[in-house]
Amino acid sequence: MLILECPYCGVKADETELHPGGEAHLKRFGPESSDEEFEAYLFERKNRKGVHFERWRHVYGCGKWFHAARATDTLEVFGTYSAQTNAPPDDLIKKIKQKRPDFGGYE
Amino acid sequence: MKRYSAFAVFREGLRYQAGWERAWRSPDPKPAYDVVIVGAGGHGLATAYYLGRNFGITNVAVLEKGWLGGGNTGRNTTIIRSNYLQDPSAAIYEKARSLYETMSQDLNMNVMFSPRGVMMLAQTEHEKRGYLRTAHANAYQGVKTEFITPDRVRKLCPIINIDGPRYPVLGALWQERGGTARHDAVAWAYARACSNMGIDIIQQCEVTAVRRENGRVRGVETSKGTIDCAKLALIVAGHSGVLAEMAGFRLPIESVALQALVSEPIKPCMDVVVMANTVHGYMSQSDKGEMVIGGGADGFNNYTQRGSFHHIEETVRALVETFPMISRLKMLRQWGGIVDMTGDRSPILSKTPLTGCYVNCGWGTGGFKSIPGSGWAMAELVANDAPGPLAAAFGLERFREGRFIDESVAAGVAH
Ligand SMILES: Cc1cc2nc3c(=O)[nH]c(=O)nc-3n(C[C@H](O)[C@H](O)[C@H](O)COP(=O)(O)OP(=O)(O)OC[C@H]3O[C@@H](n4cnc5c(N)ncnc54)[C@H](O)[C@@H]3O)c2cc1C
Ligand SMILES: [Zn+2]
Repeated sequence: MLILECPYCGVKADETELHPGGEAHLKRFGPESSDEEFEAYLFERKNRKGVHFERWRHVYGCGKWFHAARATDTLEVFGTYSAQTNAPPDDLIKKIKQKRPDFGGYE
Repeated sequence: MKRYSAFAVFREGLRYQAGWERAWRSPDPKPAYDVVIVGAGGHGLATAYYLGRNFGITNVAVLEKGWLGGGNTGRNTTIIRSNYLQDPSAAIYEKARSLYETMSQDLNMNVMFSPRGVMMLAQTEHEKRGYLRTAHANAYQGVKTEFITPDRVRKLCPIINIDGPRYPVLGALWQERGGTARHDAVAWAYARACSNMGIDIIQQCEVTAVRRENGRVRGVETSKGTIDCAKLALIVAGHSGVLAEMAGFRLPIESVALQALVSEPIKPCMDVVVMANTVHGYMSQSDKGEMVIGGGADGFNNYTQRGSFHHIEETVRALVETFPMISRLKMLRQWGGIVDMTGDRSPILSKTPLTGCYVNCGWGTGGFKSIPGSGWAMAELVANDAPGPLAAAFGLERFREGRFIDESVAAGVAH
C-alpha cells in the first residue's frame, strides 16, 4: 500500500485517500505555441523507470494538490512537497542522490 | 523442425518420448542483423514471424531481457475480441482475430484458440446505447457482432444475476467468434516458427543502449555485447518509455500496473467470456476450472509488476454483485503486469524521429488479442519503411495532428 504524507495537513494518507495526477512540473503551452510544444505538453511523458516526480491530490482529506518524489521501480517514496513550485526542492534532490548515486538530478 | 501431430504423439508414446526436439534454438547473438527486435513478447515474436513469412526477411534477432513471453504476454487474461467502435481499431483487431482462427494450423502448434463467445454487458442505459452504436458500426466494418436481449444473456450465461439491484443487465454486445487462447502457447508457437525460419531468439539479453549515427540507427548495446542492425523495432510494452529514452525521443505513454487473479478450480459453470465494464470486472473460466478475473489498472506510474490491493477488492466486489455464486470462491493467485497506456488508449505502430527505428507499443490493457494482426502490420511497416493500411492510422504523428483513435471513450476501458 502506497503511503504519502500530505505536505499541507500532515496526514500520512494511504493511496485510497489520494488521487494520482501524473507527471509533475509540466511546462504548459497554450494557443500561441507550436504544434510540437503543445503535443509535448499534452502527451509526451518521461515515464521514467526510477526516480519520478509526480502530482497527487489529497482528495479524501484536505483536498489539496501536492507533489511527490517516488521510485517507480521499487515504490520507495523519497518525499512530498508543496504544489507551489516549478521544480523539486534542493534538499529533496540531495536526499535522493544520497540514496541513489546514479540519479542525475531533476531534468 | 519435426512437425507436431497426433501421429507424432503416438510414435513418441512408443519410444519413451525420446524423439522430441527443442522447440526453438538458443543461439549466441551474431555481430549484425538486418533487423533487431527488442522484446520477445507476442508482438515482437509475431513481427519477426511475419517479417520472415510475408517478406522473406529472416536475418532477424529478437532480444529478450528475461524469458520469452514473460512480460504481459504471459500475464494477461487472454480475451480475444474485435468489437471496437473506430474503423482503424476494428480493422487491425479483426485481422488479428481472424488470424487466431487458423493459428494452430498455420504455426503447427496448439494455441487452444477457443472462440467461445465474448459478451459485454450493458448495465446502464448509456452503456446500452453505446453498444447498440458499436453493433451498428461493426456491421459496416464487417465484424460479426450483435446486441442481445437480457433473456439471451441469461441463456448464454445462467450464472449472471440479470436483475442485480444496482446494475440490472439491459442487454449485451455479443461477439460469437470472440474468446480466449492459451497465452504462453501463442508466444511459443511464434518462437518455434521463427526459429525454424532461421530467426534468432536470444533470451537473457537486455538492451542497455541504442547506438545512433547521423540520425540513424546503428545498433544496440546489450548484456551480451554489441549488436549492429540496419533496422530496429522496439516492442517492449511497459518498457517503451525506457527504450525510447535510449533512442533519444519521448512517447505519449505512461506505464502502470494492471492486475488479474484466478480462483480455485471449480466445475464448469460458464462457457463464455463476460465483461462488465460499468462495474469494472470481467471473468471467464479456464480449461482447468479456475475463474480468470481481470480488474482495473492503477493510476500511477509503476514498473514493479505489483498492483494495489484495493483494485482487487473493487473488482471482486463488482463481480460478486454480477455473479453471486462466486462469493465464496477462494482466490488462488494474483499478479500484475506493466501496461503501456497512450493518451488516446489506442496503440502506436510507427516510425520514430530516429531513422530506421520503429515502435510498436501502447496496447495497454488489451493487446493479447491483437498479437497476430499487430505483428502482420508491424512487419509491413518495418520491411517497407512505410505503414500499410492496417498501421497507417496508428502513427505517432496523430498526437500532434489531433487525429486520435479514441477507444477509451468509445469502447470502455477494459479489454
Ligand atoms: C493483468 C493483465 C491482463 C490483461 N488481459 C488482457 C486480455 O484479456 N486481452 C488482451 O487482449 N490483452 C490483455 N492484456 C494486455 C496484453 O497482455 C498486452 O497488451 C500484450 O501482452 C503486450 O504484448 P507485448 O509483446 O507488446 O509485450 P510483452 O509481452 O510485455 O513483451 C515485452 C517484452 O520486452 C521485454 N523487454 C523490456 N525491456 C527490454 C530490454 N531493455 N531489452 C530486452 N527486452 C526487453 C520484456 O521482458 C518483455 O518480455 C492484459 C495485460 C495484463 C497485465
Ligand atoms: Zn492533506
